[in-house]
Amino acid sequence: MITLTVKEQPNVPLEAESISPDVTVGLARDAIRALPVYLGKRHCRLDDFFEVDGEASDEIEIHGDAAKVKWIGREMSRGRIHIVGNAGMHLGAYMKGGEIDVTGNVSDWIGAEMKAGLIRVGGNAGGQIGAAYRGSLAGMKGGTIIVGGSAGLEVGMRMKRGVIVVKGPVRDFAGLQMKGGTIFLLSGAEIRTGAWMIRGTIVTLKPVQLLPTFCYACAYNPTFMAIYAKYLRALGVSIPYDAAAGSYLRFTGDTCVPGKGEILTWHAN
Amino acid sequence: MLRIKGGKVYDPANKIDGVVKDICISDGRVVADVQGGKTIDATGMIVFPGGVDIHTHVAGAALNFARAMTPENQRHAVKFLHTSKRRTGIGGPTPTTFATGYLYAGMGYTTVVEAAVPVLSAKHTHEELRDTPIVDKACCVLMANNEIVMDLLEAGEDERAKDVVAWLIWAAKAYGVKAVNPGGVTAWKWGKDAKTLHESIPGYSKVTPARIISSLSKIVDQLGLPHPLHLHCNNLGAPGNVATTLETMKVLENNRAHMAHLQFHSYGGDDWHSMRSEAKTIADYFNVHPNLTADAGAVLFGNSVTITADGPWQHLLYQLTGRKWGNLDVENETGCGIVPYTYKGSNLVNAVQWAVGLELLLLIDDPWRIFLTTDHPNGACFWRYPEIIHLLMNADFRRERVRALPAKALSRIVLADLNRQYSLNEIAIITSAGPARALGLERKGHLGVGADADITIYNQNPDGEHMFRYPRYVLKSGEVVVEEGELRGSPEGREFLVKPAFDPAVEEYLRPVFEQQYTMSFENYPVELERIERAEVRTCS
Repeated sequence: MITLTVKEQPNVPLEAESISPDVTVGLARDAIRALPVYLGKRHCRLDDFFEVDGEASDEIEIHGDAAKVKWIGREMSRGRIHIVGNAGMHLGAYMKGGEIDVTGNVSDWIGAEMKAGLIRVGGNAGGQIGAAYRGSLAGMKGGTIIVGGSAGLEVGMRMKRGVIVVKGPVRDFAGLQMKGGTIFLLSGAEIRTGAWMIRGTIVTLKPVQLLPTFCYACAYNPTFMAIYAKYLRALGVSIPYDAAAGSYLRFTGDTCVPGKGEILTWHAN
Repeated sequence: MLRIKGGKVYDPANKIDGVVKDICISDGRVVADVQGGKTIDATGMIVFPGGVDIHTHVAGAALNFARAMTPENQRHAVKFLHTSKRRTGIGGPTPTTFATGYLYAGMGYTTVVEAAVPVLSAKHTHEELRDTPIVDKACCVLMANNEIVMDLLEAGEDERAKDVVAWLIWAAKAYGVKAVNPGGVTAWKWGKDAKTLHESIPGYSKVTPARIISSLSKIVDQLGLPHPLHLHCNNLGAPGNVATTLETMKVLENNRAHMAHLQFHSYGGDDWHSMRSEAKTIADYFNVHPNLTADAGAVLFGNSVTITADGPWQHLLYQLTGRKWGNLDVENETGCGIVPYTYKGSNLVNAVQWAVGLELLLLIDDPWRIFLTTDHPNGACFWRYPEIIHLLMNADFRRERVRALPAKALSRIVLADLNRQYSLNEIAIITSAGPARALGLERKGHLGVGADADITIYNQNPDGEHMFRYPRYVLKSGEVVVEEGELRGSPEGREFLVKPAFDPAVEEYLRPVFEQQYTMSFENYPVELERIERAEVRTCS
């Protein structure tokens, strides 16, 4: 286990993609301390900002407020990062495996273009969760992101595969231009949910304001929901699927693309 | 003063094929002998003249547009962090200016030709070329859709057209004349294209693509430019375009021309489903017409960005891919289109394109007339040239790669039957000596006395890709710039320009045309010579 404790808040966001189990797994303590981080254009050392303890491990624990530390766990493929506190933008971007969990809040672009792995956030998240970076054809292609609190704009923008769960309220454009995958909105979302979605599923437990280009199809209880419910139960998320309790209203769209996506809205009996 | 000792020298221009000899350098040039000075021990190594890229797109407005349009490529590109020896930059399909210089030099290339520059944005191109370090540079100015020239051809004023072309070359501070889809880009402004050579272009009654091609090739020869007309034929990329390409070569009669990225012009078939290679047909004609040179424009599988003045083709490509599309209109001169593209080995069309590039390189007998390019970044990025070299030098490896193509592709290509393997001497010709000769750069592409001391030294390695990707030393004007993959110095390169003769009275003809039709005033239009750092001007007659 490697423990990093924030000792000095950077005055501008710190770029710290070197905080990744793939990097630290083979490194001695001195080498970890000397890992490069970038403060603006300046090359700095990791121990300029963190107390470093432990060595040669693919488990990293971060204590303190890392809200200004960007790119933690970038492209990680193994191990675990446990953050007791907040984390900054691009957490777990391009991630290929392993696990990140954060007890506090995180910023925008977490899990952007990730391929596999698990990100769990106890607090609130910013926008563009699991999204495609500007210009890219596809966002996350696999893995799971679970946010305990609220989330910002463009959640799952252009995502292709994988699961995003947001327990709290979500802002505009959830599932924007979605190409596949599944988004669970446990407390609904603001406007333009599923705009331009081509494929994929948005499941919402609270009714959302639908765009006029979504059409009502049917009320049903898809069998896959039970499978999702079982998978997510293990991660502390409860999804209703029992036909006795209610059913999902299926809306298809976004027909202005034209798309074959769906928004499933839970309707309790 | 420097002596490169004991290397096996490949200098095809001086008929030296793998002879162990010393190369002596003084004041940036190759000399007969030196006394004292430093020595590089090249025993057991291979010594080549520095590479010359005859056709690439590395500077200018279109490149910047492409860079801005494809952030997704930049994010995954190689990063060049700032050090005391180099500036910050990134690689990828459209490297930044400084990175372009580092990447070319790192691969042993020391001269590059930016192949398509409109006069209107030539200032921008020269600014970027100035920031492209190490390599020497030159550029070709776009002329085949210039409406001032076309109006003169319509009126039959060929003599004045010649003066205007000469004036425009000097205004752009260019080295050669480029023709892209003659007439087709002008037609694109009417939403059309020029797919046949003998039909008049929209807006004109007498001007046809054939007329533009034959007039420009004659003008270039009459002006005595060192490099012939640099020609991107009509109908690029389309199945069945072999007929257009052959007809173009016939229209040229005996005038010189350089056929750019010939791979994109050598397809048979009627549509995308029946597309096949016609490299053999093209090579058969080409082999017996010594007035022509060509570069391959080879394709490699992977991610790229297509950038060309051929606006109508880019619109079609956009419709085929459904990806992004950028279109630029350059007033009376040309257009430009940009479409990100990924060549896939599993795609039948891409597989045929991949094969055609290699087939041309193998079927054209004379290496002095076909040169290694990928039409960077259109077919692949320039820093992937070593992959092509390995494919050319090793027939077994090539056949292995052919076997990985879709089964359907094999009946459309002849690559599997070709056993030719390039020798090191032939590689030196297609990467350096040949393009230097076709460009008329007498001090490039060879290691004879008086040549620029642009030299690449490789460790001999049976893996051609590895050998040519990682030179042991690269020297530019006698200075070691790269040593074992590390940048040792970043000197500024020169720029080659030509000054053809023209009647100064032509300005009196051009001025009112400008005032009426251009958004830029006549005085601001030409690139001043003072803007070009380290210009090397060549007068022609």
